[in-house]
Amino acid sequence: MAFLEYAAAPESASILNLKAQYGLFIDGEFVDGHGDVFDTISPATEEVIASIAQATAGDVDVAVAAARRAYDRVWSRMSGSDRGKYLFRIARLVQERSRELAVAESLDNGKPIRETRDVDVPLVAAWFFYYAGWADKLEHAGLGPNPRALGVAAQVIPWNFPLLMLAWKIAPALAAGNTVVIKPAETTSLTAMLFAEILQQADLPAGVVNIVTGPGSTGQALVTHDDVNKVAFTGSTNVGRMIARQVAGTQKRLTLELGGKAANIVFDDAPMDQAIEGIVNGIFFNQGHVCCAGSRLLVQENVHDEVIDRLKQRLSTLRMGDPLDKNTDIGAINSAAQLERIRTLSDTGESEGAERWTADCRIPDKGFWFAPTIFTKVSAAHAIAREEIFGPVLSVLTFRTPAEAITKANNTPYGLSAGIWTEKGSRMLALVDQLRAGVVWANTFNRFDPASPFGGYKESGYGREGGRHGLAAYLEASGWDAPAALSAASSAPASASASKPARKTRKAVAK
Amino acid sequence: MTITHPLGLQPAERAVRLLGGDLTETALRLHLDGLTGVDAVGLEQRAAGLSTRSIKTSSKAWALDTIIRTCDLTTLEGADTPGKVRSLVAKAITPDASDPTTPSVAAVCVYGDMVPYAVEALGSRHATGGTEGIQVAAVATAFPSGRASLAIKLADTRDAVAAGADEIDMVIDRGAFLSGQYGVVFDQIVAVREACIRPDGSHAHLKVILETGELQTYDNVKRASWLAILAGADFIKTSTGKVSPAATLPVTLLMLEVIRDWHRLTGEKIGMKPAGGIRASKDAVRYLVTVAETVGEEWLTSQLWRFGASSLVNDVLLQRQKMRTGHYSGPDYVTVD
Amino acid sequence: MSRLTVPKTYKLYIGGKFPRSESGRTYEVVAADGAFLANAAKASRKDARDAVVAARAAVGGWAGATAYNRGQVIYRIAELLEGRRAQFVDEIASSEGVSVAEASAQVDLAIDVWVWYAGWADKYAQVAGNANPVSGPYFNLSVPEPTGVVAAVAPQGVAGGSLLGLVSVIAPIVVSGNTVVVVADERAPLSAISLSEVLATSDVPGGVINMLTGSPAEIMPWLAAHADVNALDLTGAGSIDGAKGETWVDLQLAAAETLKRVVAPVAGIPRPALERITAFVETKTVWHTKSML
Repeated sequence: MAFLEYAAAPESASILNLKAQYGLFIDGEFVDGHGDVFDTISPATEEVIASIAQATAGDVDVAVAAARRAYDRVWSRMSGSDRGKYLFRIARLVQERSRELAVAESLDNGKPIRETRDVDVPLVAAWFFYYAGWADKLEHAGLGPNPRALGVAAQVIPWNFPLLMLAWKIAPALAAGNTVVIKPAETTSLTAMLFAEILQQADLPAGVVNIVTGPGSTGQALVTHDDVNKVAFTGSTNVGRMIARQVAGTQKRLTLELGGKAANIVFDDAPMDQAIEGIVNGIFFNQGHVCCAGSRLLVQENVHDEVIDRLKQRLSTLRMGDPLDKNTDIGAINSAAQLERIRTLSDTGESEGAERWTADCRIPDKGFWFAPTIFTKVSAAHAIAREEIFGPVLSVLTFRTPAEAITKANNTPYGLSAGIWTEKGSRMLALVDQLRAGVVWANTFNRFDPASPFGGYKESGYGREGGRHGLAAYLEASGWDAPAALSAASSAPASASASKPARKTRKAVAK
Repeated sequence: MTITHPLGLQPAERAVRLLGGDLTETALRLHLDGLTGVDAVGLEQRAAGLSTRSIKTSSKAWALDTIIRTCDLTTLEGADTPGKVRSLVAKAITPDASDPTTPSVAAVCVYGDMVPYAVEALGSRHATGGTEGIQVAAVATAFPSGRASLAIKLADTRDAVAAGADEIDMVIDRGAFLSGQYGVVFDQIVAVREACIRPDGSHAHLKVILETGELQTYDNVKRASWLAILAGADFIKTSTGKVSPAATLPVTLLMLEVIRDWHRLTGEKIGMKPAGGIRASKDAVRYLVTVAETVGEEWLTSQLWRFGASSLVNDVLLQRQKMRTGHYSGPDYVTVD
Repeated sequence: MSRLTVPKTYKLYIGGKFPRSESGRTYEVVAADGAFLANAAKASRKDARDAVVAARAAVGGWAGATAYNRGQVIYRIAELLEGRRAQFVDEIASSEGVSVAEASAQVDLAIDVWVWYAGWADKYAQVAGNANPVSGPYFNLSVPEPTGVVAAVAPQGVAGGSLLGLVSVIAPIVVSGNTVVVVADERAPLSAISLSEVLATSDVPGGVINMLTGSPAEIMPWLAAHADVNALDLTGAGSIDGAKGETWVDLQLAAAETLKRVVAPVAGIPRPALERITAFVETKTVWHTKSML
């Protein structure tokens, strides 16, 4: 027998107790939306899991009103320590129901259970636990003595880490004293609905968190709503750009976590086996559906062949298939549309002259699948070296000197993350200084922690999530006091708005 | 004037092939220092990742039998007696009397002076040079510390081989290694390997124990693994079992990576033996996963893979009984050796 | 018999040089009472483009200088300004139509603002950065670093602010290592040009601060849409009124195309604040494995 073809070890889905239909979660209750319902399917089998309500602009209105009420009457008046206690409760409830959440996430998203179980859900709990402790310590957040909450936060999150992105958004918002209306991605609403149940179990005051499901139009209705004070978005750079336009000229504060095309730079003195693991983790973690994925491998020319050889060998041990099987390394692509995009870009790579290699994986009959793929002989001008593929596709480029590595790494409008593999500490630190990226992993990749700020340079967005910086994104400084003498002639605090805050939301939308 | 090589090393075949004819300590050092480093965090994460494999049903049954088949059932106590060794051999031949389908172990591992009793007790089940049957492995070279003169170490080895040992588990001189005398370590291994040669020209297989718990760093383990292979090791082995930590999964993974790299470089297959501290079947299965996913499952035979263990077999037997009967077994249903 | 004075030609300040506008255009700068003071260069989009090129070229050296060095260079601006107080007082008094005492107070404040920000150069990273206690064997540090090239509008027509407003905008931008292209107060640009002369004789490398005079409404759209500009400081843009009715919001809309960081308009003169420094920095978080083995 072939031992490596490990016998099936499926996680049981019987732990789930799903409803056939989920409504919106507004003002502490599940309510029917006024839009059509839509199905959420398992991308691994294309089977329907449940039907989900679609929130109309009117529903969004109701949700924002609920959040406003909760902000005015309850949440903004509650002590920081009590807000913190609610967040601690949520953290504990997530831990208690972690297996259930992991199974639901794998089912709905297509990502392997070992990732939801070992990465996504533990980090969700950690995020709430971390920010819970901030709630009564806001004066130490670095924004002066009396930082203020912003009000109602409109949050739109992507499908690649559905529950984790929800936690990244909700935890700091609530800790800082804001209330929330959040919209999960259309294809991955399920765990947000389970999370709503957790909020009920936590007895979180009604309206503090409202969840509206639906397509992009629901998100648009939310971010352009007049009564939100803060917009936080994670997703594609194109949509981010659109939101930046929609928010322009308003008082809304905006943070954006957008796309990336990270360089993962491997020097010839790298700890080679760990670098191979880092490359694999960098681009094949979560099927490459990661904005900070190390999608551009920059490898020093003198070790190129060795690295590629080892990489291929390593990829041949990756197991693609049933996301609920505990031995699955590569799950399903989240949607037919995403699969199509990955295919198109990969075909472009081939037609542009890059050399394609695909791991020998059995593709299941049903569902959306894309086997781990490496492109070598990629040049910086190729589309696959510039555009975010958001799939398990690695583009390999080479460099000869550290200076060339930096130049190539920075040669992108994106700037979210980067990786460096070298045993030479001084070079690593010098490279870190030069890289235009918000997160740099040295001799590791794709590590996340609630204490660690995450976010991009350039077109990868602005603002940070995680850590003290992530908290600050949901607070308004009361203003540092410059020496009185210096302020004498100054008539306005730094964050105050102009005398003529022309509000041009309508025009902005039209553009 | 003739050029002499004051630091000339014993011309071990593999090392000469790789490093050139005039084998010197300098060449050896340059080679070992030129190896890329090991990032401990990444190595341990990879090992932890391999540990999350979930081995069930038919895969588990195969894994449990493989653990037994590749086990060096070991007793290395000052209190060992011929009686104790005979009891160990009986267990090696018939690990589970209640289930005749249970495979025998690969070898018994004893001190050199116990080799004759092991050979005698094995009788016709002794492998005697072939791969069928059970091997007798002897620890040698002033095991476990290795603190004796080379002459003593070689005599220790020759004694065991003469008494019928099929395999010699030697220890390297960790003191010499840690003080940078790679040549000393190298030459000793080469010399011990020569001492393994029998009068008929065949030789006892040589397992080289690095005692990774004393080498401490992964970079050291990597260098020592290369060094042992270059000097002629048939197997590289983690530990004596007398030093803590003994075998760990990251160390084993690292040594397997060296074995894999050697195979890629030369086509030659070196064996691996983690020893000490592996007591639970669950842990042992993780080692098998690590072997399969690092060097390939063709390594999962007793020619290339061994567990050095004493209590592991009984835990495997309990698991086997559970799989056969469907209910949990207890320690009174497996024999103490 | 009184001596006939030698009036100054007011030009742009780009890349450490004083060019006229490539367009050849100038506009009349008049005193509060309407008297002619000077012809200032009326910068064009090409001047703005050249300024961005100069600013981009200067980023590496300026951001790469040690924080201590940047602090000293900025402090040196204050020193030089102090030495030329009389000239600035004179220009402010005539162009803003304020008393010499008021003009003096403004110059004093402007000097003190430089000094205040100079002191932040080697401290803001300690306050805005973070050692992050992540759950794992990692060294993890967040450090702020300059975002790159910033395009800014100085406060426009703010009484008592033609120099102070400008300084309050550019000092926090450059202290972290950014370079800046700034459009001075359109109606009272003289002290901006004189400040450029101070900069040119100080230790500020050419290209770090680029001064444009002219119409913000005309120049800023080009800077807001320029792909090689990283951030937009609209502090003084609140009153912009373009030929087709464009406002600062249009600048923000243009900035969205390349996702520039944008600081919204401020009424009056911005108070010196740490947030004005951190508005133009990126937070970079570095992870490195940590182990004895």
